[in-house]
Amino acid sequence: MFIEAKKINKVYFDKNDKPNTVLKDIDLSIQKGEFVSILGPSGCGKSTLLSMIAGLVSSTSGVIIVDGKKVVKPGKDRGMVFQQAALFPWMNVTENVMFPLRKEMSKKDGLERAHHFLKMVQLSNYPSHYPHELSGGMQQRVSIARSLAMDPAVLLMDEPFGALDEQTRSRLHGQLEEIWIDTKKTIVFVTHSISESIKLSDRIIVMGTRPGTILTDITVDIPRPREQHRQEIAALEEQIMALLKTEIDKVIDEEQAYEAGS
Amino acid sequence: MKPAVKRIIFFAALIVFWELGSRFELWHETILPSPVSVYDSLVAGFADLTLVYDLIASFRRLLIGLVAAVIIGTGIGILLARSKTADETLGTLVLALQSVPSIVWLPLAMMWFGLGEGSIIFVVILGGTFVMILNVRTGIKNVDPLFIKAARTMGSNGLDLFIKVIIPASVPYFVTGARLAWAFAWRALMAGELLSSGPGLGYTLRYASDFGNMSLVIGVMIIIGVVGAIVDLMIFQRIEKNVLKRWGLET
Repeated sequence: MFIEAKKINKVYFDKNDKPNTVLKDIDLSIQKGEFVSILGPSGCGKSTLLSMIAGLVSSTSGVIIVDGKKVVKPGKDRGMVFQQAALFPWMNVTENVMFPLRKEMSKKDGLERAHHFLKMVQLSNYPSHYPHELSGGMQQRVSIARSLAMDPAVLLMDEPFGALDEQTRSRLHGQLEEIWIDTKKTIVFVTHSISESIKLSDRIIVMGTRPGTILTDITVDIPRPREQHRQEIAALEEQIMALLKTEIDKVIDEEQAYEAGS
Repeated sequence: MKPAVKRIIFFAALIVFWELGSRFELWHETILPSPVSVYDSLVAGFADLTLVYDLIASFRRLLIGLVAAVIIGTGIGILLARSKTADETLGTLVLALQSVPSIVWLPLAMMWFGLGEGSIIFVVILGGTFVMILNVRTGIKNVDPLFIKAARTMGSNGLDLFIKVIIPASVPYFVTGARLAWAFAWRALMAGELLSSGPGLGYTLRYASDFGNMSLVIGVMIIIGVVGAIVDLMIFQRIEKNVLKRWGLET
């Protein structure tokens, strides 16, 4: 297996020192080149799990192995795209994309490489623009180019299109799919949108909440491009919706119980 | 109407009112000299180069003091932001000292550095340093955690992360700190010069006052105000605006 998570547990202690289990006994394996979505309601720990693969958050117990190496800290083998583009505002587009490259190659090679990946996200006409001059969708594309430029083994995406409007999101879905086919990267994509996960991924890991566990692992075998298979998409959507409904009810019940109790 | 036009009309009206008040003797010339006599004393002051030497001397002190304040302030600010122990100890001292007007240090400074340049520059440095420290500290502590996370996933950490990401991300606070440091230093300089030996704008102001030359007193006050406004508007506000725009903090 390319990415393997074994018996991952994560427990936070709140301010009253009460333990709060965010992730419970997560086992997960992902193959090289797969596009896997992690889907779940808010608070299920899906972003925490992704941050653990990135090495930004440590687990309470369990190990994560990526490409045969145990994850202990962040590294360039795992690129991450966040919900916010997280571009550095004091650098222009090209400088941002070159940020992860500056130590490992000459400026000339870095420029060439930045240009290549900006072209891939169709932004090669904006090399000297500053982030504040770009729309949210363009910023997110620069952010994707920046991650790809360091040629990571895995691309981790944490609700990357969550803050964008519907049209932009839909266009970026298409672009991301093309990039994935071109580069054959392994992509782990966190989302709370059922349709987004069906549209993009080979496999959908559905997570439940309180504590965060894996409910089911669905293989999506709808042929691409998927827009042409509306019926299959709708059927799968309903199936996942039913699964998540009990989870969402659980969250609402708990919130109501909390409010009634307070 | 354009702001510039409004401004010109406002100031013209103010000067006309002032001049008319003097002409009709609403107040006596020794209490508030007319704009014409203020203008005359300014012209005389520039003609015999006193005010030119004063400006040069004042700016020299200000520049030395401000540069030192920005450097010391940045250094201590970084220290307070990075070390919890320093913040809990030295940080409290800085907060306490910041509320002390720097001019009250002058008697001590005169004991340490004598009556001349040294003690004025010391007071100017103190005037600018504390506000610089506090702004740099806040800037570094307020760096968006997302920038740090993103940089770490791109293989940056330790000193590289600090120099390439944290410092540039806190530049807006740095610029605001420098602007406030200039404002405080300029006030401290004038206060210091009033109480010590010349040349300098503050010194000439006191000298004119000792000889009852109220029109020169007002003339120097106007120079102090105009220089302050010009430096703030033309230099600091302009830089601050550009930085805030670039850093996406203002649209």
